[in-house]
Amino acid sequence: MSSADPLLLSRIQFAANISFHILFPMITIALAWILLFFKLRYDRTGKEQWINAYRLWVKIFALSFALGVVSGITMSFQFGTNWPGFMETVGNIAGPLLAYEVLTAFFLEATFLGIMLFGFRRVSNRVHTVATALVAIGTSLSAFWILSLSSWMHTPAGYEMIDGVAHVTDWTEAIFNPSLPYRFLHTLVASFLTAAFLMAGLSAYRWLRGDRTEGVAAALRTGVYLAALLAPVQIFIGDLHGLNTLEHQPAKVAAMEGLWTSQRGAPLVLFGFPDAAAQTNHFALTVPKGAAWILTHDVDGALQGIDAFPGEHPPVAPVFWAFRIMVGIGVLMLFLSWAGAWRMLRNRALDTWLARGFVAMTFSGWLAVLAGWYTTEIGRQPYLVSGVLRTSDAVTTVPGSSIALTLAAYLVLYAVLITAYVSVVFYMARIAGLPQSKQSTPRAHGPSSLVARDHAGAGHA
Amino acid sequence: MPETIPDLSQPAGWLPLAFMLVMGLSILAYVVLDGFDLGIGLLFPAAGDAARDRMIASIGPFWDANETWLVLGVGVLLVAFPRAHGLVLGELYLPVAVMLVGLTLRGVAFDFRVKARATHKRSWDRAFFAGSAITALAQGYMLGKFVTGFEQGLWAYLFAGLIAVCLASGYTLLGATWLIIKTDGELQGRAIAWGQRALLLLAVGIAAVSVTTPMISERVYDKWFGIQNMIVLWPIPAMTALLFFIVQRTLARLPVRLADGNRYGEWVPFGATVAIFLLAFHGLAYSLFPYIVLDRLTVWDAASAPKSLMFMFVGTVVVLPVIIAYSIYSYRVFRGKSTALEYD
Repeated sequence: MSSADPLLLSRIQFAANISFHILFPMITIALAWILLFFKLRYDRTGKEQWINAYRLWVKIFALSFALGVVSGITMSFQFGTNWPGFMETVGNIAGPLLAYEVLTAFFLEATFLGIMLFGFRRVSNRVHTVATALVAIGTSLSAFWILSLSSWMHTPAGYEMIDGVAHVTDWTEAIFNPSLPYRFLHTLVASFLTAAFLMAGLSAYRWLRGDRTEGVAAALRTGVYLAALLAPVQIFIGDLHGLNTLEHQPAKVAAMEGLWTSQRGAPLVLFGFPDAAAQTNHFALTVPKGAAWILTHDVDGALQGIDAFPGEHPPVAPVFWAFRIMVGIGVLMLFLSWAGAWRMLRNRALDTWLARGFVAMTFSGWLAVLAGWYTTEIGRQPYLVSGVLRTSDAVTTVPGSSIALTLAAYLVLYAVLITAYVSVVFYMARIAGLPQSKQSTPRAHGPSSLVARDHAGAGHA
Repeated sequence: MPETIPDLSQPAGWLPLAFMLVMGLSILAYVVLDGFDLGIGLLFPAAGDAARDRMIASIGPFWDANETWLVLGVGVLLVAFPRAHGLVLGELYLPVAVMLVGLTLRGVAFDFRVKARATHKRSWDRAFFAGSAITALAQGYMLGKFVTGFEQGLWAYLFAGLIAVCLASGYTLLGATWLIIKTDGELQGRAIAWGQRALLLLAVGIAAVSVTTPMISERVYDKWFGIQNMIVLWPIPAMTALLFFIVQRTLARLPVRLADGNRYGEWVPFGATVAIFLLAFHGLAYSLFPYIVLDRLTVWDAASAPKSLMFMFVGTVVVLPVIIAYSIYSYRVFRGKSTALEYD
């Protein structure tokens, strides 16, 4: 493998791109609905705390949305430039799904975002609420189409191969392919957890800095209760998703479990160091018959190991580790959110140590999402489309040196943007409660400054 | 190369044409709409701090949706004409990557410049200009490469370089004339002066493409300079010349008219500039047709399976009019002078 191998470089570039991109939709998909919730609460109760929460969080939404849009555009180009074999082989299915995403979702969210951010003075309050709802619908619709394509790549259905090219036989089967319901729900709930911990973390940060206003309390409560509610739900959905994967992609599950040899009553490997050369896990900490019980609901159930899939299985170590990181963060999320919810229900306030915990977990959703994403995507290797197209057959003819150049440029850009994003989000949380931002409360049906003053450039300064 | 046009009564015949139209519409919409956004970015260094905030306010509600037309255009190329997508974007790999870096910088700078610390605002303003300039130049460079059928060699690169500068100038003209509509007072006066300066280079660019394409392709030459065709086609260059004249004249007269309180002519420079882009695009599309890559790949060679095209066509017919309708609604909501600094 030369230092400028197009396959390896294309994979790193696409992975870097999609990893960067996914961070932002994971915030905006759920945050759009939470903003709608704030807006509806304000419309219903007229309490200022809700519009104050809306005012801060719509800015974070706009920033996240912009980062999602620009990195998404980059991805739409890379499908073709780096993976021409992908479109040549399965373009008849991938193409329409992507086209429907652009047509039904992208324009909707982009257009009504303009009205949501800047239109408060120009449209009625009702139209503004509708615009907020349309943005929320648009982001979720967008997630649906792209996850339908992603799921199809894992569990292809409703197609036939003619001369090495996939042709659709049934669109309903192709769109609603076997893993879509699980993947869509799992991702949607992941988005809500990501947004909930972001909201709880930033609000706890403001609370620790002495901002005890109702707006902070409202956002904090929303974040903590939402997380406490969804963390167990997510574990349940994740389990269902895992069983679905076992049915359709057993090699991936074998890698997730670190199960090298097929056997009955397989143990659950809690921890260990997978060794591909020796086909074993070193220093493994196991629960006897645990994997068999979880996956087959029978302590003596049979499971296929890596040895059942010669040349057709993913690399074990990255999938094994990514899966454990995801589950670990999920368990942490469950404990912290339940402790937080319990204290808030009893005392109407957080303890300092819990607040610090939430600050530390502000971006924990991102880590869990990336770990989960790596589990499923690396778990599909060596295929790009399960059983249909190998990743190595889809790669570009663009010279490796060109890809190395663009990869370096993207990495620098993404590192700068992530740093800027995280620091600006905390900066916004810091200044949002300061009395100098003498923001007025919008009237229910009239002109208001809402967020416009900020975007118009009047700024905080 | 023979130009065989398949039976247009069959889906395999007319569907690729229909998607050619959708793609053409998207690219045209992108060039005009994001053209004025990018133009405003290009004008940033010439404007002061207060003017910058108003300039941003004039495009703030629209730029995101405007940029989406690029995604649709490239999306149609990708999904309806996958073979052309591979060929075109493979040839243009590096300029595309440069453009994407530019688009990213430009897009995030919009938000960061007002949300980051005040001390960082200047840096984000610079990023906004740099992103807009990189994007515009990369797009012009790609256009230059595309119309020569990806010729190699020194003069081809110089030509692409020239088109890069000219397209950026065209965007600047769009941006300046958009500002004439959306602002008033001193900024409006400066926008008129900016527009006058940008006009000439756009003319050079359109002339260069018009002269070069027939020289490269005999087929294009025959199309434009065949006897019957010349009679039917002469209005295109003639109207383009007339429009340039109109833009030049109205820009020269506007300050006087506006001083008299006559706002009637505010729309003319922008409208005429859009018409210039429309005619240039039309002329180029006419030259290329039925090829999607000059003299190498026709629309039909490049198209996806008719079944998949049909599935997308149904959706497009239903959804595209709705998109156009709510886009117009959004422009209506934000019509009038952008009153950024009066929001408080």
